[in-house]
Amino acid sequence: MFDDRSPIYLQIADKIKEDILSGALGEDEQVMSTNQYASFYRINPATAAKGFQQLVEEGVLYKRRGIGMFVSPDAREKLRTERRERFFEEVVDAMIAEARVIGISLDEIVRRVEGAK
Amino acid sequence: MTLSVEVRDLTIRYGDTVAVDGLTLKLAGGKIYGLLGRNGSGKTSVLSAVSAFRRATSGAVLVGGAEPFENAALTRQICFVRDKVDAQDTDHARAVLRMARALRPNWDEEYAQALLERFDLPIGKRLGALSRGAKSALSVTLGLAARAPLTIFDESYLGMDAPSRYAFYEEVLNDYMAHPRTIIISTHLIEEVGSLFEEVVILDKGRLVAHDETEALRGRGVAVTGPAGAVADFTAGRTVLGDQRLGGIRSTTIYGQLSDEERARARAAGLDLGPVGLQDLFVHLTAEAHR
Repeated sequence: MFDDRSPIYLQIADKIKEDILSGALGEDEQVMSTNQYASFYRINPATAAKGFQQLVEEGVLYKRRGIGMFVSPDAREKLRTERRERFFEEVVDAMIAEARVIGISLDEIVRRVEGAK
Repeated sequence: MTLSVEVRDLTIRYGDTVAVDGLTLKLAGGKIYGLLGRNGSGKTSVLSAVSAFRRATSGAVLVGGAEPFENAALTRQICFVRDKVDAQDTDHARAVLRMARALRPNWDEEYAQALLERFDLPIGKRLGALSRGAKSALSVTLGLAARAPLTIFDESYLGMDAPSRYAFYEEVLNDYMAHPRTIIISTHLIEEVGSLFEEVVILDKGRLVAHDETEALRGRGVAVTGPAGAVADFTAGRTVLGDQRLGGIRSTTIYGQLSDEERARARAAGLDLGPVGLQDLFVHLTAEAHR
């Protein structure tokens, strides 16, 4: 489920962010408890708690004492804004660099993008 | 209730062989710890001393602040689980269970029955008639149902097949969450069980190589790959765990955290920085070349 090559708590945080972005987790929806999460993915509960804590610090989740963790009302919008900011650098610029390496002209890319409209 | 474990300058010798060599280690308790080491690294010797099965040649062992050796009140709180049960081949599994029930103050009979069912154990048989896997499963059942404040699984899974091992990992995790206690699991099957550990201790040749939070260790190693000269410049003066060459390309595994500035410098030099998993880190840290 999680790979061994990077901290699992960061992978947990990323997975929950993906679920929020895709709408699988809605605003003010309760997320699984640390123990449920640990049991489901077979990871140490302290690791799961660390992932959740990271999301609380980023404002993606909020805590209700004695009840559990919930998705912040503005979490999806915030995550989308962050992703949009990174989109051109991480996706478009990387695509252009790859195209140059393998000899695809920008005109060809533009035609393809136009075709997708 | 959980128990802390402290080992101070522990040395264990068998004749001329030094199995544990001046080891100092402190586990606060209440967590699942992974004890990793190659065969002959001293894992079993350390754990035997902690469980009072063996006396230290020199140094101190403290469990919950007290010496466990010949301390019956304390050893009832410690459960040491190997890959087979400490009993005669002619004993019936049922008798072994009855004994554990009588000896263990926190024994949970209902849980023991559930585990017997899960592992499909024939309790009417004599131990000698059980398969290796069944012996391991019986041993693990005794260890889990004892609910001892300090529970040690010393490569207990050895005879088990993969489905049984995963059942064992699941039971350890869920029962630990329901009944928090100190659990130490010694293993070298790190990929299977690494995600269960809150902290990891790595031994080699009877000495401590690393003790840290698992999440901190994950990603402490970095594989630097690129043109040989640039890799050599970047890795100069660092702790090198491994080194490989393929034509003009070199890949060097280093140990230690890199700052953002160092990462940027590596990228600018055309170097690729790759993560190193827990299993790989363990292999590198205990490789023959470092011995």
